[in-house]
Amino acid sequence: MAKIKIDGKQFEVEAGKNLLDTCLELGFDIPHFCFHPALGSVGSCRLCAVKKYKDEEDSRGRIVMSCMEPVTDGLIISTHDEEEKTFRAEVVESLMTNHPHDCPVCDEGGECHLQDMTVMTGHNYRQFDFKKRTYQNQELGPFIKHEMNRCIQCYRCVRFYKDYAGGKDLNVFASNNRVYFGRFEDGTLENEFSGNLTEVCPTGVFTDKTAHKHFTRKWDLSNTPSVCTHCSLGCNTLAGERYGTLRRIRNRYHGDINGYFLCDRGRFGYEFVGSDNRIKEIWKQNGNREVVSSESLSEVLSGAFQEGHNMVGIGSPRASLEANYSLLSLVGTDHFYHGVSAHEYELTKMALDFMQNSGIQIPTLKQMETADVVLILGEDLVNTAPRMALAVRQAARHSMNKDAGAKKIPEWTELAVRDNQPVLSTQIYVATPKKDSLDDVIKQPFRGGYSEIAALASSVAALLDKNAPAADSEHKKLASDIAKALQNAENPLIISGVTCGDKEVLQSACNVAQALLNNDKKVMLGMIFPESNSTGLSLFPGKPLADLFASSEKKPVDTLVVLENDLYRRAETGQVNDFLLKCKQVIVLDQLQNETTVKADVVLPAAVFSESEGTLVNNEGRAQRFYKAIPDGENGQARESWLWLNELKEIKENGFEGWSSLDDVFQSMLNELPAFAALKGKFPDEGFRMLGRKIPRESFRYSGRTSIHARESVSESYPPEDFDSPFAFSMEGQQEDPPSSLITSYWSPGWNSVQATNKYLDKPNGDLKGGNPGIRIFPTAAKSKTSYFKLNGSKSNKGTGEWQLFPVYQIFGSEELSAAASSLSERIKEPFLLLHPDDARDAGIDESTAVQVEIKNEKLTLRVNFENSLPRKVAGVSLQLPGMPFVALPGSGKITKM
Amino acid sequence: MHTAIVIVVVLLVVISIAAGLIWVERRLLALWQDRLGPNRVGPLGLMQVLADMIKIFFKEDWIPPFADKAVFIIAPAITMVTTLLSFAFIPWAPNFVVFDSNFGILFFLGFSSLGVYSVVLAGWSSNNKYSLLGGMRASAQMLTYEVFMGISLMGVVMMADSFSFSAIVKAQQHMWFFIPQFAGFVVFFIAGIAETHRLPFDIPEAEGELVAGYHTEYSGMKFGMFFVGEYMGITLISAIIATLFFGGWLGPSFLPPFVWFFLKTFFFIGVFILLRAGLPRPRYDQLMEFGWKILFPLSLVNLLVTAAVLLFIK
Amino acid sequence: MYSILRTLWLTFLHLFHKSETVEYPEVKPYLAPRYRGRIVLTRDSDMNERCVACNLCAAACPTDCISLQAAEGPDGRRYPEFFRINFSRCIFCGLCEEACPTYAIQLVPDFEMGEYDRQNLVYEKENLLISGQGKYPDYNFYKQAGVDMGVKKKGEGENEEKPVDTKTLLP
Repeated sequence: MAKIKIDGKQFEVEAGKNLLDTCLELGFDIPHFCFHPALGSVGSCRLCAVKKYKDEEDSRGRIVMSCMEPVTDGLIISTHDEEEKTFRAEVVESLMTNHPHDCPVCDEGGECHLQDMTVMTGHNYRQFDFKKRTYQNQELGPFIKHEMNRCIQCYRCVRFYKDYAGGKDLNVFASNNRVYFGRFEDGTLENEFSGNLTEVCPTGVFTDKTAHKHFTRKWDLSNTPSVCTHCSLGCNTLAGERYGTLRRIRNRYHGDINGYFLCDRGRFGYEFVGSDNRIKEIWKQNGNREVVSSESLSEVLSGAFQEGHNMVGIGSPRASLEANYSLLSLVGTDHFYHGVSAHEYELTKMALDFMQNSGIQIPTLKQMETADVVLILGEDLVNTAPRMALAVRQAARHSMNKDAGAKKIPEWTELAVRDNQPVLSTQIYVATPKKDSLDDVIKQPFRGGYSEIAALASSVAALLDKNAPAADSEHKKLASDIAKALQNAENPLIISGVTCGDKEVLQSACNVAQALLNNDKKVMLGMIFPESNSTGLSLFPGKPLADLFASSEKKPVDTLVVLENDLYRRAETGQVNDFLLKCKQVIVLDQLQNETTVKADVVLPAAVFSESEGTLVNNEGRAQRFYKAIPDGENGQARESWLWLNELKEIKENGFEGWSSLDDVFQSMLNELPAFAALKGKFPDEGFRMLGRKIPRESFRYSGRTSIHARESVSESYPPEDFDSPFAFSMEGQQEDPPSSLITSYWSPGWNSVQATNKYLDKPNGDLKGGNPGIRIFPTAAKSKTSYFKLNGSKSNKGTGEWQLFPVYQIFGSEELSAAASSLSERIKEPFLLLHPDDARDAGIDESTAVQVEIKNEKLTLRVNFENSLPRKVAGVSLQLPGMPFVALPGSGKITKM
Repeated sequence: MHTAIVIVVVLLVVISIAAGLIWVERRLLALWQDRLGPNRVGPLGLMQVLADMIKIFFKEDWIPPFADKAVFIIAPAITMVTTLLSFAFIPWAPNFVVFDSNFGILFFLGFSSLGVYSVVLAGWSSNNKYSLLGGMRASAQMLTYEVFMGISLMGVVMMADSFSFSAIVKAQQHMWFFIPQFAGFVVFFIAGIAETHRLPFDIPEAEGELVAGYHTEYSGMKFGMFFVGEYMGITLISAIIATLFFGGWLGPSFLPPFVWFFLKTFFFIGVFILLRAGLPRPRYDQLMEFGWKILFPLSLVNLLVTAAVLLFIK
Repeated sequence: MYSILRTLWLTFLHLFHKSETVEYPEVKPYLAPRYRGRIVLTRDSDMNERCVACNLCAAACPTDCISLQAAEGPDGRRYPEFFRINFSRCIFCGLCEEACPTYAIQLVPDFEMGEYDRQNLVYEKENLLISGQGKYPDYNFYKQAGVDMGVKKKGEGENEEKPVDTKTLLP
């Protein structure tokens, strides 16, 4: 602790941090550009000048850059001395000499850090009489718009893109007064986190191209806290609405999960809500399609729910807990099936069982950043859980920090830390079948098929603990290196997941963790699940789809209700076709049209995440609420799934009074399902008020209130009411200091840009004031109750002529909903097969030709891509890209030339 | 038969004058403020009154749900009735009076006291804080000024030796009473303004602070009754001043007596409007202080001096 | 007391003053060129819409009676997809005009906008857009701004250098 004096006031603060960080934590408004809490300081913009005094007698002081000044005991500074104010104003004035007169057409305008700083420092008159410098822009792909004239050379973009996110195709070029930030040539920014440039850039050089199509200023957005539904990590997002449509997704700070950054799938995948494929009407299908009014729905469905009917419901890992529960309550526990394949069902149950009972630490992404040894088994992180890949990358940074720390280099002096370790030496081990995005920060890559990965992990476990099942890997040296590193680690982290799809990999990963646990080591286990609510769904009672298919052979299904689920992504086409033929009436609730909705007798339009409210459980067992950003009725007949199911239940049971709000559904779910008991009373319900008022979604400077609806009627009506959440669809209410889970916007006087986030945190890059949102529902077992998994050992397919096939996830395309987003679709690849060039030559296959792949009963036509990093006789098959049927992967299959 | 004709004539004339005053006041105020005033409806804007009447009759006659209904309805009627009844005692010309009572002045004072009820009940029954405040102010103000309004008239009564308006007019054959009774005239005139709560003494309805005071909740013809009642009050006070202090119908014979009466009355109505055009509103406490500390002693002194002088002369 | 009587007398004397009233509509009042009346959207000298849909007018509007949506033309030029002013709410304060960075929105000396039906007071872009430049002729925002949106190429605007050659090594 250090005692410092700022503007004559005493503070007791943590020593060793940088002064700017500390001042921001204390709430001082110190102007700054190049400093970003997550990126550290480089001292290049000279804006954060403060005056430092030698001692109490010193009245002259000297100007120092607060971001480069360590906090020491007895430090005396002032933040608004005349001289330093002039200094800062002049710095901004010089930065503004070349800044174009663009604000009216700039998408950053209104939430621009440069605008804020110009106002804050008081510069208001241009004295520079010469011409402005200009640049040519680059075309940076479907996500990011480039306008280089606006650049003020703060280097934040390359520091994020290159240093923080590991991107390789954005850099700084040229010299002198010509410094240029961009790619070597025009082209799509390849890094999966490029969207963060829009928030990192303090001006409008990089802006959101998707939001530009329906641009809305920050103050005009009606913001609602939401949770990303495109992977299992549950990153927090802010959904911005205007004129009844979703305008953009922005990062919502969560100290434990996403911090300041989102992946591109989470940021740009939202566009699927406006897809042409959206279902907006109730359809009755019987060869032809007929639109049904909501009033006559009960007539259409009256036959579906007769006494004695065999009624079955299929839940969904991408629907909220409440929607799944509504379905369960409609059909009854015995008739509720998880809408996942038997394989995924089993793996998920197994992983969750281990997580809950082993007493292992389930890390947050923030904790992963502090791991010193990381072992990743089978998971292609950047594609299955992108934000986790970014967190693991920071673990590499962490090792740099530790190294520098030993030499007394403070970790926030970004450049010095980097120079200290020009060649990265980390303890990250990645074992995957193909090259990984993290390869540039890892100690040693391991490339092998799933069975070899499992063998490697098993021998690591065996080396760590003699009681672990013995295993025999060909890579003894690597295994013992990893075992040694894990043994000596302070904070080891093991990552695997259900997404890799291999039971043995998953089991062996658990075995490594178990071995470390048995050695009384502290160990973290990161698990990745396929979809946003996979964890939540698996806590429901119910059976996998395969059971349903089997039982339908004996007892035909009279009425089938499918909740937000495309069965053709869960089981083989033929199997699903057979099953659906056996169902007399199929009712499907979904957002987008898919093969299942085509086969349905009745299709009910379900609301998307931005139009509904519910709870999702992420990969670490954290239950989080997302809220509706768009009032009901803006998208035709689309309604929230629980409302539809509620109506079906009213049709089915005459006496059922129905749930009147989501809180009712949630309450009865807690009463019925003990797995969620921990959530009781944890979410602010509809009755939540601050100072007697709801929390407004709209900013206090929301414009057009009396004009938006004037075209329909000049008489103003009441704003729509929200009966489910603590938010109001208006600007009326209590905006200041909401609970951390209910923040609708980052704003503070003088801080219109996203930098205002810091005002909501206990310290920059720290936790949200009042704690990070979400409730962890897994009780942590005090003692390990699990034992080692016995691995069956791999079946060798040598000599059978079959190939070992593993799934290749794609960040863009493998997830069902985001694949329908228009900007993402430009990045989605054609279904492909990854082959080692040597293997291909042996088989006589050329690159980019089409081949036929036969896996079990399914035949796929795929385009061949060469991949040097693959082990021999192992091939990767792109997973569930648009147009691909379900295939059981990993598995073995035949590849034939066409 | 004669009385019946007189009643009809008085009623019609008084109500039309009161209604016409709406136009007169707006035009006069406008002139004094360098404007034109209503000049669009009919010749010189004279039909404005009719237009206003039609409008006010067609307005929604709304009674707030929280009001005391019966009292709310009765209140505006009281002001009309009491003021109209007072006109019964005022002779417009020799033998042109509804009821030439020996106690005319007492009746007038009595009815004007009853008029307080109208305002108080309106304020109370509206069940609204501004109305109530207005009603309370009105009652205090009117009760206060009532006291020396009566006393200020006693000098006249003593000099004429009668409470009858006709007798008092006749007693002014040689000298209008405003000369010997100047103090009484001044006190009565000021009390008269306060009694009709006209500007500058419109404290019960001071719109800057009380919205519209006791008639905040009134609309349509109920409001119209207050409105017309106010103008009838002005006419009444002006007529009484003309009668008691300026010789009523008396005047040189080239004009008939009732013309003199109306000329004098209209002169004072004009003065009422001039006061509105020229003077700002005093504070409530200033009004009460002025009443009790200046006007009340003044009227008492006037009474004593008059009594002493009369005693001395007789 | 004297002052009260004097006030009354002076007020009375106004009876003989000339009235200030202008008898509209027979006599039209004089409206200064900067009179804040009817709101119009103007065009630049090339007869293109000046409005760039920056939303500042809407933000400045104290009665929130302006709403619009930005859209982009084929050459990247920004324009309002719709632009709506609810004149039943407008108080003609002129803040929108002051906020406008492109001189697009202007208040002109005309106030005769009365309607019998309130709905007719809702003006859309086609009701607002005039075919003229209004009070500020020859101003073209895109020549001042740094962006290339079809009006001028990079570096060809007023007060702009030619685009930087990032490949040069000269000091």
